Amino acid sequence: MVAMSGGVDSSVAAALLCDAGHEVVGVTLRLWGGESDSGCCAVSDVDDARRVADALGIEHHVFNLGDDFNRDVVDPYVADHALGRTPNPCIECNRHIKFTRLRYRASALGFATIATGHHARIVERIDGTRRIARAVDASKDQSYVLHMLDQEQLAGLLLPIGHLTKEDVRERAAAMGLRTADKPDSQDVCFITRERGRDDFLRRRIPLTPGRVVDGTGAELGSVEAVEMVTVGQRKGIATAGGGAPRYAVDVDVASATVTVGSAADLLVDETPVLATTWAAGPVPVGTAIAVQTSAHGATEAAIFDGDAVRWIRPHRRVAPGQAVVFYEGDELIGGATAA
Amino acid sequence: MSSFSGISVAAPIVRAYLDHAASTPIRPEVVEAMLPWLVDHPANPSGSHAAARAARRAVDDARDHVAALAGAKPGEVVFTSGGTEADNLAVDGVVRATGGLPACSAAEHPAVLEPVRDLGGVVVGCDSGGRIDLDALTVALNSLDEIRLVSAMSVNNETGVVTDLDAVAATIAAVGGDSVVLHTDAVQAAAWLDLPASVGAADLVSLTAHKFGGPKGAGALVVRTGVPLAPVLRGGGQEHERRSGTQNVPAIVGLGEASRLLIAERQATVERVTELRDRLEEGLFRLVDGTHRTVPDDTLRTPGVVHLCFAGIQSEELLFMLEREGVAASAAASCASGAQEPSHVLSAMGIDRVTAGGSLRLSLGYASTDADVDHVLTVLPPAVEHLRDHARTVGCK
Repeated sequence: MVAMSGGVDSSVAAALLCDAGHEVVGVTLRLWGGESDSGCCAVSDVDDARRVADALGIEHHVFNLGDDFNRDVVDPYVADHALGRTPNPCIECNRHIKFTRLRYRASALGFATIATGHHARIVERIDGTRRIARAVDASKDQSYVLHMLDQEQLAGLLLPIGHLTKEDVRERAAAMGLRTADKPDSQDVCFITRERGRDDFLRRRIPLTPGRVVDGTGAELGSVEAVEMVTVGQRKGIATAGGGAPRYAVDVDVASATVTVGSAADLLVDETPVLATTWAAGPVPVGTAIAVQTSAHGATEAAIFDGDAVRWIRPHRRVAPGQAVVFYEGDELIGGATAA
Repeated sequence: MSSFSGISVAAPIVRAYLDHAASTPIRPEVVEAMLPWLVDHPANPSGSHAAARAARRAVDDARDHVAALAGAKPGEVVFTSGGTEADNLAVDGVVRATGGLPACSAAEHPAVLEPVRDLGGVVVGCDSGGRIDLDALTVALNSLDEIRLVSAMSVNNETGVVTDLDAVAATIAAVGGDSVVLHTDAVQAAAWLDLPASVGAADLVSLTAHKFGGPKGAGALVVRTGVPLAPVLRGGGQEHERRSGTQNVPAIVGLGEASRLLIAERQATVERVTELRDRLEEGLFRLVDGTHRTVPDDTLRTPGVVHLCFAGIQSEELLFMLEREGVAASAAASCASGAQEPSHVLSAMGIDRVTAGGSLRLSLGYASTDADVDHVLTVLPPAVEHLRDHARTVGCK
């Protein structure tokens, strides 16, 4: 069962599985029933997925998992923002919807394996355990958003395009005459419209709190319209008096409606507290040296796993609470967590 | 599935087609009647030459058949592109002609509900059978003088429940609603009810051919003489200025032929399908624990729909498994993407979302057979059992 978003990656993933002789059924998830002009839930994307499935001669179904999506992705997204955190809804969608709910449904319907068009690979180690490994195309690598997968999930997953560059994917799609060959990548959160943006989305759902901007000494420097919208590390839009050196948000406290700003140096920390840690094949011992990545396309930095925190070898920029903190061993994912 | 004139379209293997409420197979006699008007006759029925007059005659013959089916005068039949257009024309047309407001129940088909909402109309509640709540309607009519149209579907498309239109008309009359027009969407009624009797109280009646063996894209709105109705499609003034646009002659001929056949055969079909429906329903109750009829037991329904909720089941999963076994069925209405949407009808009836999430509509029609029922009774119980077993053993959040 291939999750087909209507994009080129999952189109080619489905095509490769057909070529390999698998019995393939395509499914498109309908997740968000509200306004959308981006992401993966638009009706036109469902049409694209359906037409690609038609061209491949495979069955295509649409599963409406909107209630699950609201409960497990959208509601927590809003609740996290209300607490001044900056969640990553695409990761939560992978965690709860694609690799839990869809996987469950696939198994109920007799499909032991699901496949997606993520740019990442699955590698098997000598002991028989599996890991997510970075995509061949480093610029498109999506291993970061798959950090929550465990052995059971990896055993029932195929990532058919992880060994292809994006260019290869598009070339193959074009060679097969798939209508999605030239389709631009979707990169936005599917339930936030480009036109109205995140502010508007949250404003309709939670009261936003005007807040003070203070420096490390507590001196008031200015104000923000909504503390819930400020992300730790953010520089833009923090109206401060005086000018001078660039200032960054180093702390967001919704309860006291305060954003603390500081210099680039103030943004650096020795450790990042984490919660909800998951492991591909069991935890590493506390004190283990790991490579840690804190943004989707960032580089890894050396750190020590410390149980409820990662201790950085060199001071590291603060990670906004709610963002993913992902653990690698070379090119392979070993686990991940959420910044507390 | 049959093919005509050597044209063969790869069709999925359907062993039991139980989605007649969505669309029925077209009858071979209807295809025969339509073919000359697709192939041999080029003319526009609005023309004045002999070929045009022939097309005009074919359209008017069809009009006679539809009028006979609906219990109307031929001049009261306005051909449309189907049920949705007929419903839109009824709501928009009366509102446009009178300047008033429309009203309907929350369980109406979207083809009524959406125009009513767009026009700022009143949506009243319904009872546990999905019929318009007459007390709520009385309150609405008493509190809003501007209501000029009440739309109440004759038979609900999801549940098959029959609304007593005489009672709706009496409710309107009781509040002195002389200037209120009663519209009924009889799209799901035609195959099962004697329309002259059951929709006689309605001033406007929507019909569509493909629910009773006719082609898709052919429908009608019956507009009783004297009912105020402004056109929505304007242009050449066809259909007595009520629906402009060149008539779709082959489709209208198909609608006429399907109507003619229906008048002759309906009673026999009703009797035969009622037996099939009862056997199917009783069989499922006997073979599948935790099966609930969606509407109260004593509710008057057509024989066309078996609507059930299976505890602990998700409709999409059950439909997927049924499809693999060659059963074509549905749950609620389908949205533009093809996903199953939570049913607004069941929600209006007060059924909670979890129960509604396990709903299944098996809809029968003139083409249904004993073999269809046998097949469903063979494959559905193990499918439900499999899904429940899976939920128990694998666990589901």
